[in-house]
Amino acid sequence: MSEAVVVERHGVFAEARGGRPRPVLSRRNIMIYGTLAVLAIYYLLPIYVMVVTSLKGMPEVRLGNIFAPPLEITFEPWVKAWSSVCTGLNCEGLSRGFLNSIKITVPSVIFSIAVASVNGYALAMWRFKGANIFFTILIIGAFIPYQVMIYPMVILLREIGLYGDLAGLVLVHTIFGMPILTLLFRNYFSSVPEELFKAARVDGAGFWRIYFKIMVPMALPIFVVAVILQSTAIWNDFLFGVIFTRPESYPMTVQLNNIVNSVTGVKEYNVNMAATLLSGVVPLAIYFFSGKLFVRGIAAGAVKG
Amino acid sequence: MQPSVSIKDLKLDFGNVPVLRNLNLDIGKGEFLVLLGSSGCGKSTLLNCIAGLLEPTDGSIYINGQNVTWAEPSQRGIGMVFQSYALYPQMTVEGNLSFGLANARVPKDEIKRRISHAAEILQIEPLLKRKPSALSGGQRQRVAIGRALVRDVDVFLFDEPLSNLDAKLRADLRVEIKRLHQSLQNTMIYVTHDQVEAMTLADRIAIMKGGVVMQLSSPDEIYNRPVNKYVADFIGSPSMNFIKGSLRHDGEARVKLGQLDFSLNDYSFTRSDFEGEVWFGIRPEHVLFADAASNAPVSFEVKAELVEPMGGLTLIWSSLEGTPFRLLVDGQAKVRVGDTIIAGFDPARASIFDMQEELRI
Ligand SMILES: Nc1ncnc2c1ncn2[C@@H]1O[C@H](COP(=O)(O)OP(=O)(O)OP(=O)(O)O)[C@@H](O)[C@H]1O
Ligand SMILES: [Mg+2]
Repeated sequence: MSEAVVVERHGVFAEARGGRPRPVLSRRNIMIYGTLAVLAIYYLLPIYVMVVTSLKGMPEVRLGNIFAPPLEITFEPWVKAWSSVCTGLNCEGLSRGFLNSIKITVPSVIFSIAVASVNGYALAMWRFKGANIFFTILIIGAFIPYQVMIYPMVILLREIGLYGDLAGLVLVHTIFGMPILTLLFRNYFSSVPEELFKAARVDGAGFWRIYFKIMVPMALPIFVVAVILQSTAIWNDFLFGVIFTRPESYPMTVQLNNIVNSVTGVKEYNVNMAATLLSGVVPLAIYFFSGKLFVRGIAAGAVKG
Repeated sequence: MQPSVSIKDLKLDFGNVPVLRNLNLDIGKGEFLVLLGSSGCGKSTLLNCIAGLLEPTDGSIYINGQNVTWAEPSQRGIGMVFQSYALYPQMTVEGNLSFGLANARVPKDEIKRRISHAAEILQIEPLLKRKPSALSGGQRQRVAIGRALVRDVDVFLFDEPLSNLDAKLRADLRVEIKRLHQSLQNTMIYVTHDQVEAMTLADRIAIMKGGVVMQLSSPDEIYNRPVNKYVADFIGSPSMNFIKGSLRHDGEARVKLGQLDFSLNDYSFTRSDFEGEVWFGIRPEHVLFADAASNAPVSFEVKAELVEPMGGLTLIWSSLEGTPFRLLVDGQAKVRVGDTIIAGFDPARASIFDMQEELRI
């Protein structure tokens, strides 16, 4: 008897074969899954409340039972939020802001990634004179709070005549995305074997040919990461949107703020919730559809030739 | 004859660290030159300078009589093969081969012709449509060689092309490279730290150390008459035995190694007037054993301390005058640890270096 105990403590079993059996309800499993479940509920509960509330009519909302599922499902708040709620200046709903956000996000993402990827490539591969100084300045740029740069930026845009213009906002997003994106691309291209670059030079390829024919095809995963990072960041941006545009070209986030904070009349919680969900649809969709690619891109630090 | 590649007073510093110092090298047309040296001695750096991938700090490089020091890599008429293959991962084998030609705006049908020619020589025709990731190491290196081949260049540069391959494949590809050189007859500069590759491939070997060429001669000369102790020690495996001794002239040149005292009559001197402390070097494979040793000009008894059978040959470790002494004997010889054996050598096969500068005497 006592001998068996000793044997078990050493994990040695006469009949052991194949994988070791693990009890499903072990203390360890309960701890892990319990914690995960609590955290998941904690994060999902607000979303649940929002979805449920957005599907209720005002009378039902007034009952104050925020966790109760809707007795009578109505899409009225969603329709109103999209097309007829008042957003400060006009009462056209979020649809206009949605279009504005698209007009801001798409060119900003394209420009910032195009410039940053070339930047990162040049910094990692071409080691020109002053490359390190340039890179250091860029990195310092990444740590300076945006607020510090807003006022000079406004003046700069005013001087070049782009203040209040969508193009101006696109420029701002491109500039502010530069440090972190350049860092991302530079680190990726630094992991590309140097001999590959040398081989291409012996083969007579120049700066752009190496970039387009060799580096870009290799870097697709990192481009996906950059697109996701930038499009969600720009879509969710409020600060630059409210500062650098005029009311008629406010992005969705700014409109949402105006809807929720409007003080006229009763607070339509159901419409507010629907509007909030609507403005979060795009980033959510991007995560859903590219989650796998995103993870692959993050993990693609080292690419072998 | 005008040399194919000529390097004049080449100097290269990385920051303050000198890597190449006043290097001069002339490589003849169609010559196979091997750059051999320990890790970090500047072989790749030199090759990159020749290719135009690194800018020298000083000095110039001539290819086919033209000063190409400021020319782009692609304008120098060189092809380069790298240790890590460096194939473009997103292109097929065909794309890899045609990339350089397309950059040089070679007409399409000419590209096709050259690719099929190169593919035939290197036996990679069935692989043309594959991506590099779907190739084995040996196949990848063949494609990398093909990439230099299609460009129809005068000078091939190889930077340790075989060191990522396993032993058998390395031997196979080594023979193929030699065959390729025989049929193409172009200049090849080949970096390696594998002695066997160097000895078998080279017309001439340049032994490098610390950014300078220590000796540039035929493999035979380097093996038999190394100019200094470093080269003597570096070339040959197992490496040369060195025993402290002294050299004097009384009527004839004589060497004294502890108890042993013998004449150097048949030794071919580089500096015949030297007298004093010396390193006496003899290769393990030149040490005679048993009957042959008894008849040798110099013979003595040593004790076998360690026996390493290697199949065809057996390496015996012993000591002579307090220094380790190795002999390479036939694998059939029955020697056990502790046996006293008779060993000997012919001083004509030795290499003697002075103690101060360790240069050949
Ligand atoms: N980019 C660089 N910056 C600074 N030092 C360098 C750089 N590249 C190489 N070196 C140094 O130059 C010396 C020569 O390097 P090199 O690559 O030519 O050696 P090698 O002879 O090819 O060695 P190996 O056999 O290991 O390839 C080394 O001491 C190395 O540390
Ligand atoms: Mg090297």
